[in-house]
Amino acid sequence: MKLITAVVKPFRLDDVRNALAEVGVQGMTVTEVKGFGRQRGHTELYRGAEYVVDFLPKVKVEVAVTDEFVDRVIEAIIEAAKTGKVGDGKIFVTDLAQVYRIRTGETGDQAI
Amino acid sequence: MTKTKSAVAALVMALCPALALAQTVDSGATAWLLTATSLVLMMTLPGLALFYGGLVRSRNVLSVLMQCFALCCIVSLIWVVFGYSAAFAEGNAFIGGLSKAWLKGVEVNTVSGLVPESVFTMFQLTFAIITPALIIGGFAERTRFAGMLLFSILWFVVVYLPVTHWVWGGGWLAAMGFRDFAGGAVVHVNAGVAALVAALVVGKRNGFPNTAMPPHNLTMTVTGASLLWVGWFGFNAGSALAANGAAGMAMLVTHVGAAAGAVAWMALEWVRFGKPSVLGIVTGMVAGLGTITPASGYVGPMGGLIIGLVAGVVCFFATQLVKRKLRIDDSLDVFPVHGVGGFTGLLLTAVFSAKSFDGIGLPDGVSIGAQLTTQLIGAVATAAWCGIATLVILKLVNVVTPLRVSSEQESDGLDLVLHEERGYSL
Repeated sequence: MKLITAVVKPFRLDDVRNALAEVGVQGMTVTEVKGFGRQRGHTELYRGAEYVVDFLPKVKVEVAVTDEFVDRVIEAIIEAAKTGKVGDGKIFVTDLAQVYRIRTGETGDQAI
Repeated sequence: MTKTKSAVAALVMALCPALALAQTVDSGATAWLLTATSLVLMMTLPGLALFYGGLVRSRNVLSVLMQCFALCCIVSLIWVVFGYSAAFAEGNAFIGGLSKAWLKGVEVNTVSGLVPESVFTMFQLTFAIITPALIIGGFAERTRFAGMLLFSILWFVVVYLPVTHWVWGGGWLAAMGFRDFAGGAVVHVNAGVAALVAALVVGKRNGFPNTAMPPHNLTMTVTGASLLWVGWFGFNAGSALAANGAAGMAMLVTHVGAAAGAVAWMALEWVRFGKPSVLGIVTGMVAGLGTITPASGYVGPMGGLIIGLVAGVVCFFATQLVKRKLRIDDSLDVFPVHGVGGFTGLLLTAVFSAKSFDGIGLPDGVSIGAQLTTQLIGAVATAAWCGIATLVILKLVNVVTPLRVSSEQESDGLDLVLHEERGYSL
């Protein structure tokens, strides 16, 4: 099992959600986050006083998947989130030690 | 009102109050002044409070609203006790006497000009309220409430009341023929200079100018600015103290001045920085309004247009100078917008009052140059008296109670530290 964490541009979120639903993902966690990468920040100007804003708003999508789903899910996210410009985001894949469904007590692939 | 006029009025009143009332109170003027008074109070609460409140960071929003509100209340009390009297009662060239302390003699049937004196004193009180409230923008986000209150009370007594008497209460500037229709010197130069001195004495906010201190809610700021625009009709057109052509023309040139100031500032930003900003357009509007204020009863529509455009340009560059070159933390730009605008407007009043420039005309035998000299004397005298007195008062207050919060309190935010409240629980 893997935990796929994707940080994407906020305006791509609906497309990412739909793409994941199409490949059969049944649940996800979405968080509004801030950060920077190669896109860096932007500047804001108030009555001529210039401020550099380092952290840009992004959306973090977390999906837990069984091993055979990993490639399809990653492809779906890339396809949906890509604009081709700096700042499209990143995908991190980590091993999941265990998963529990709280209501039934199921574990492992059953719980995903 | 001149000495003779008020003496005659008092005599007539004493002989026959009902007759005096019937002869002198103009119901149209009274209705308009009642309305104008409400509009000018609306400029401070909530207009200026929202305008300033949106410009500070979210942890200080309540401190700004609180300062505006508290000043409104305290100035009102001082006004009743002796403020109105010191500004408008018979006195010397410098300050009014105490004959109207506790509003003595201001009764239902007392008349001032075309309106009941109760209306006149209420109208003038709303100007007295907004002036110290304007100053707080200079030292926002770092000043203790107690220090601010003590400073404001002393400043109001030592600066606002005398200067009002000089200009509108029959003092030495009035005698010279100084033209300040609605408060270019009394309100705007006064507030601007005081804010600048206070910003210097209190010192920069921690992190200025390197840390980002963006406005926390520009929607609030635009709401406040829009209320100021409408309220300013009461401010300037109300200053005609009548419901007549002079009031109508004052409203027209005020509106044109605001629009021209806004357009000029927007255009400059667009050219220099590549983007026209919301804060820029509303700041230009306030600059236009502050600058047209002294001229509003004397100039024509084209004068208003030019004064507004000049205001946008001059105040824009003044803001850049104070903030970026001199690095003075006049936090909400009170000096470059109100001080510089008011000063510019006082000088331009001399030019655009003239018949040849579409104005109502200068007094007989007075040239534009001579009027300009009078205007310059009035503006400089106001700035000098205000600057020196503000400095002395701040130093005195700082001995009694600290003006400034500690560094840690400043970073926690004044709302929590001074008022134990939060502006937002989202």
